[in-house]
Amino acid sequence: MEPTLVASESARTDSPKGWHRLPLAAALVAFFVLLLWFVALRQAVLFAVGIGMGAALAGARFGFTTGWRQLVEDRDPRGTVGQLLLLGLAATLSMPLLASYPELQAALGPPSISLLLGAFVFGLAMQISDGCGSGTLYKAGLGVPLNMGILPLFALGSFLGSAHLDRWLALGEIAPVSFVQSWGAGSALAATWIALIAVGVGVRLWAGWGRDWIARRWVWGAVALAVLAALNLTIAGQPWGVVYGFGLWAAKLAQATGSFDAAGNAFWSQAGNAQRLSQSLLLDVTSITNIGILGGALWIAARRREASARPLSARQWLIGLLAGFVLGYSSRMAFGCNIGAMLSGVSTGSLHGWIWMPVAFAGTLIGVRLRRRFGF
Amino acid sequence: MTRRALSSTLFWIVLAAFIGWDWSKSPPVDVRQEPPLVAAGSGQAVSGGHCSLAR
Repeated sequence: MEPTLVASESARTDSPKGWHRLPLAAALVAFFVLLLWFVALRQAVLFAVGIGMGAALAGARFGFTTGWRQLVEDRDPRGTVGQLLLLGLAATLSMPLLASYPELQAALGPPSISLLLGAFVFGLAMQISDGCGSGTLYKAGLGVPLNMGILPLFALGSFLGSAHLDRWLALGEIAPVSFVQSWGAGSALAATWIALIAVGVGVRLWAGWGRDWIARRWVWGAVALAVLAALNLTIAGQPWGVVYGFGLWAAKLAQATGSFDAAGNAFWSQAGNAQRLSQSLLLDVTSITNIGILGGALWIAARRREASARPLSARQWLIGLLAGFVLGYSSRMAFGCNIGAMLSGVSTGSLHGWIWMPVAFAGTLIGVRLRRRFGF
Repeated sequence: MTRRALSSTLFWIVLAAFIGWDWSKSPPVDVRQEPPLVAAGSGQAVSGGHCSLAR
């Protein structure tokens, strides 16, 4: 049971009129215009893409965490099948783009000990905190109290994880592997679909043949998110990501308080990272789409009248917040969350995405049990 | 205003304050050096950060 979200979903009703969303629409348009005028047209358009992502995630309730948990606990395959469909559609759109435009970058993380440890811990922690990277964002935008509280701790964890990344990598790594570069877009895409279908068959066998395995909201969510992810790649030149932006925000705060010397850190002293640390976050691609996701989810939240969620105990709050910090830290060790590593990794043909997915799922098997133990 | 609406409002105020603080302390954006609207086909190397990057 999801104490903080499902309770509200089950009782939600759509508002009969949308007039009360006018101030919110005006605020979103105003921010778009500010970006357009003072920053860059690209950033304004990416903000709009982010709004679409947030609206799709919240509107379809496209929760990666929930989908996996429903598969494990209820043998309900609909969420996982929706995610597999998203991966396949995003790959179909992204791989030809990568092959046609050499300036576009894939999400290539190094297969490493760090990836194995990080993905496992991330898969575990996301069940306790009830949200992955995108889930934490859109649920915070929806106004779910635990996820709003988790967001700053997620950012802190993401920052510290990136600051320690060189030490985790020292445990052992190999160079990133790109299937698009190695095999070509056509072969990489065919292999991706074959692998996704194989996973789908496994899911089907686990769930049993008598169950529904497709739900409308998961399908439209998958289609919308795949198109938006491809748009992000086309416009920004890089795949959709979430956690880099969080880490950047916390790094800025740490630097401003004098508690962190970026010049002495292996990750943040790199030219690109140091530049993003010194310039406005409104120039950062990931930060802009993150803000857009929050705004898009808020737009959906404003349409609904939410019933109050079952309150969490102090112990559950503490455990949830701690899990949020661990989530942020492990997402950097794993070179991304469900979005940056799984969706973007698999859809752009990175081996690390295919390693991330089963290892994180193994962590989820432990996480759902811990979640029950803590009474969430 | 419900407790949930109040906490949501507070969340957005803190986020807006953070963005405003960052904007005020950052060097001005040179709008004449604006990146291309669409990276695909621009011929320019991507300069954004991503969580899959190890370095």
